[in-house]
Amino acid sequence: MREESLKLRPYLDEVGVMIGLEIHVQLNKLNTKIFCGCPLDYHDDGPNTHTCPVCLGLPGSLPVINRKAVEYSIKVGLALNCSIEEHTQFYRKNYYYPDLPKGFQITQYDYPIASSGYINIEGEDGEVRIRINRAHMEEDPGRLVHEGGSIERSKYTLIDYNRSGVALLEIVTEPDIRSPKEARRFLDKLRNILGYLDVVDTTLEGSMRVDANISLSGGSRSEVKNISSHKGAERALLFEIVRQKNLLRRGGKVVQETRHFDEARGVTVSLRTKEEAHDYRYFPEADLVSLRVADWAPGIAKTLPELPDARRQRFITHYSITDDHAKSLTSEKQVADFYEQVAAEVDPKLAAVWIADVLKGELNYRDLGIDAFASASMVQLVKLLAGDKITEQSGVEVIRTILDEGGTPDEVVAAKGLLKAGSDLVTAAVEEVISENPGAVEDYQNGKQEAVNFLMGQVMKKTKGRADAKEVRKMIIQRI
Amino acid sequence: MITTKDVEHIGWLARLKMEEEQLEGYADQLNSVLDYFGQLDEVDTKEVEPTYHVLEMNNVFRDDEVTDCLTQDEATGNAPRTQDGYFKAPRII
Repeated sequence: MREESLKLRPYLDEVGVMIGLEIHVQLNKLNTKIFCGCPLDYHDDGPNTHTCPVCLGLPGSLPVINRKAVEYSIKVGLALNCSIEEHTQFYRKNYYYPDLPKGFQITQYDYPIASSGYINIEGEDGEVRIRINRAHMEEDPGRLVHEGGSIERSKYTLIDYNRSGVALLEIVTEPDIRSPKEARRFLDKLRNILGYLDVVDTTLEGSMRVDANISLSGGSRSEVKNISSHKGAERALLFEIVRQKNLLRRGGKVVQETRHFDEARGVTVSLRTKEEAHDYRYFPEADLVSLRVADWAPGIAKTLPELPDARRQRFITHYSITDDHAKSLTSEKQVADFYEQVAAEVDPKLAAVWIADVLKGELNYRDLGIDAFASASMVQLVKLLAGDKITEQSGVEVIRTILDEGGTPDEVVAAKGLLKAGSDLVTAAVEEVISENPGAVEDYQNGKQEAVNFLMGQVMKKTKGRADAKEVRKMIIQRI
Repeated sequence: MITTKDVEHIGWLARLKMEEEQLEGYADQLNSVLDYFGQLDEVDTKEVEPTYHVLEMNNVFRDDEVTDCLTQDEATGNAPRTQDGYFKAPRII
């Protein structure tokens, strides 16, 4: 699994931006929390309805680890090309904050479950490797509600421990990321991989939470917390780069500190100077025995699905489609599955064009997922196009109509009369238009190329858009 | 060497209130604990497997099966302050 020859970044830009990310991934496809049997289906329920003595930290309660949470963590570790450690154990990380009912968080420290992996992403200068330092298991803290909106203005804090004890996997990268855009691409790629693994529902709020460490060469690093979206990560990092650049330019110094991202204002705010690591007074969690699970890895590796990079390669060789199309089609598991269903029945290249270039754009525009369009409809549509029954323009209209009003391609084509006009009809229309517009014909003969566009427009009007524009153009030019 | 300043810091981290006149006594006691560990450090343990846990036991798991939860009233019953089913705490940054 582990590859020794890492492709390190070839250059730093003039300010030497170095970004490392810590991503907290909720293993929310489990039925229960990491150390107790409380269920995870709390999103529609009131506060403090999914708790027990273990996740409330009541005296005398004892945590027992969820076997499946360990399996899921190994699964993610393997997918990130990490090695799974022989010995792994838990620690208490001590600090006082109301989201922790026990006064400490059970987490891992020097013996994480997975370490030394990587993900390849599309970087600013071609494909680059972002190294993963480690992935470690821990419990999610409770959720704080700051009365009065923001953390700075609230008078007191309300606490909901429904989230307390949900299994988290914290994935920590090396500082290999060079720009906010790369950070976003890394996060998108990670989300895509997690989607393939089926261990996390990334659509649930708070399922992927990001902290970012960022420094410019010659400065200290700051840590930005509270980033809840990939777009937010890009914005927060852009803000930090500008802030640190300005500070350094004015001869100031970047202090090592934790900053909070205020999503609404798009700025980062200083919260506190960073506590040193040893202030957490990590010590072994005696209530949990060690894990020796490296021997599970080969069995779990066999259950790994085909991951995005491998699938992209297969799409290129098996379906003979372009790399751009393969990349676009595999960037989300559901889209790739959809494509394969369609490609099994029609010309794969034509299907790739219509799904990657047209359907995805229309879905994106409407903020819809691929499940808004039936694969059977795409099969029908591609057949209509391949059989030259409708024009490309009508194909786009069919997709838009189905997304906005429903129906199948055959129904939409019949209702809107989109079947391509027969060649007799088009020929007749072309000849009519030519005889009705002698002025335009003369203009063209005198060298005015635009006159053809006018004539084409007239033909399209007569055929109600059901003629192929390229063909019409050819027919007109032949005749005048 | 642990100073009275270290003791104050450690006390703050653990939210323990300490009187000025106690600091020196605690510093002495903590230093003698450290001295004791210093003696242990003299033993050569290069070939010895670390004791990760006092129990010679690994891999204790439970299955991913749901068990009963407390009700909201039970969960918040002992809290000094609550609001709308939430625990309520002073604002902390």
